[in-house]
Amino acid sequence: MKRSLWGLAPVLGGLFLWEALVRAGLTSGPFLPPPSQVGEVLWNLLKSGELPEAFFRSSVRVLVGFAAGSVAGLALGILMGIKDLLRRTLGPLLALLYPIPALGWLPLLMLWIGVNELLPMAVVFICSFFPVLYNTMTGIRQVDRELIAAARVLGASPWRILREVVLPQAVPTIFTGLRLEAGMAWRVIIAAEMVAIPTGIGALMMKAESLMRVDIIIVCLGVLAAVCFLFERAFSWMEGRLTRWK
Amino acid sequence: MEIVLRGVDNFACHGVDLTVREGEILALLGPTGAGKSTLLNVIAGLVPYKGSVSIGGQPVDHLPPEKRGVGYLFQSIALFPHMTVRQNIAFGLRARGMKPSELRRRVEEVLELLRIAPLADRYPKALSGGEAQRVALARALAPRPRVLLLDEPLNKLDLRTAKYLRLEFRRLQRRLHITTIYVTHNQVEAFEMGDRIAVMDGGRIHQVGTPSEVLFSPSNDRVSEYFGSPNILECRRQEVLDSGLALVDLGGFSVVVPYRGRPIGKVAISPWNVYISREHPPGPELNRLRGRVRRLYRHPPVVKVEVEIGDQTLWVEVEEETWEEIDLVEGEEAYLILPLRWIKTLEVEDGV
Repeated sequence: MKRSLWGLAPVLGGLFLWEALVRAGLTSGPFLPPPSQVGEVLWNLLKSGELPEAFFRSSVRVLVGFAAGSVAGLALGILMGIKDLLRRTLGPLLALLYPIPALGWLPLLMLWIGVNELLPMAVVFICSFFPVLYNTMTGIRQVDRELIAAARVLGASPWRILREVVLPQAVPTIFTGLRLEAGMAWRVIIAAEMVAIPTGIGALMMKAESLMRVDIIIVCLGVLAAVCFLFERAFSWMEGRLTRWK
Repeated sequence: MEIVLRGVDNFACHGVDLTVREGEILALLGPTGAGKSTLLNVIAGLVPYKGSVSIGGQPVDHLPPEKRGVGYLFQSIALFPHMTVRQNIAFGLRARGMKPSELRRRVEEVLELLRIAPLADRYPKALSGGEAQRVALARALAPRPRVLLLDEPLNKLDLRTAKYLRLEFRRLQRRLHITTIYVTHNQVEAFEMGDRIAVMDGGRIHQVGTPSEVLFSPSNDRVSEYFGSPNILECRRQEVLDSGLALVDLGGFSVVVPYRGRPIGKVAISPWNVYISREHPPGPELNRLRGRVRRLYRHPPVVKVEVEIGDQTLWVEVEEETWEEIDLVEGEEAYLILPLRWIKTLEVEDGV
């Protein structure tokens, strides 16, 4: 606890310095409002419901897309991890698709799906699907063969071995993927909203930009920083719970 | 349960015929890469093979590993790292669908048997090598396997722990009377653990017999090479002492040897196990001999020394580094010690 409080010090110090610099008139122009003004704007945006609305929109897209992408990635990753034939069949195709940045799909998806709620979810889906798939497959394939042999000799069925030996062993690798992609999903959704979708935090930022409202942009960035941080933390915590044996 | 292998053939085993008798420990001895582990995997059903394996008179060739009812202690121990000791032991019982109340009782029983109850709630990472070894053995024994396969189980342990576990393991095996194959590349371990020894090399079994048979009458060069041609001495006279010992006259000198109640025909000791020194060794005069260095043969990394004692010759083998310290030259006087525990005896009834 003490240590995490200590980590707050530079944050508070920075805010203080920033406020002081602006008040002393050492910055020029309207493009760097002081933290006190940003705080005020945050309060107003919350009161008007504009920020909660945008945040809610973005969150639903991230959660649905991420959940669907992860579940699909996990399922296919498990299958490809245990079935060599499937891995060899699908491997090359996936290897070609994986390097395409999730946002690169956006123009194509806009034409295929149209600009609706499904579009941002589809982008987040792609963004989480591939990494989770790869991490799951790798995690499963890295499980010590002798552990599996030991489980077989002890009388376990393939299903039990998968559930009780292979998957728990693969959890650390799988979670590395999940944790990274949880943050990545937010980054991707913001970019998608900036470019193509007229609602959500990303869209709010673009609107603020056209109105030259730096204070609103800073508020949005703050919200994003906080939510990405919390997302990754949540996954770290879950990972810790699942890998207490490590 | 008897284990019978007939004509077992695969990538690492070639035409293996082997019978492991009910309740015995068969030490499967051979160098690395001899096919020992593969042979265990054949019995467990983990690798493909041709030929037949039967356990307790039933062929098991068509059975997958989970149905063969073998207990297997892997060389890597292979404890499930994400399960506690208790969960590891319970794994095989749950896999066989044992009722929870019965399962709990059996787990406690096995924890007691291996004396690891205090470790029950630890994860494997918090176990020492010896502890992990016992837990793995407990896990293998919990489902009451028909036979037990041990793959170099003490390989990675320090000498003292290994020695202690060997004793404990023998005690346990006698008590459970479970047919066991004990794989090792260490002759001392094979002699100490095995009721019989099977010598394996290059995927073939070269000889199966009691420790004395294998040592005193190796069936071929492979076997004798493996045992490094021990010093074998004819016993001329013997005098039974107390406490399982006998004093035997080997022609020109006498040594004390283990005695099991039957007349001794020959005595053997490996050149590795004879101690040699320039100074007169401290301690009682028993099994301490004075001789003369006749020849030195340097075969890095070892030095073979031919020592003359009376009209007999004993071979001693020493690592080169150690020899630099002893530093005897041909013709000099030397002292030898024949440690009691390394002396093997061949009884007359063994018929060899």
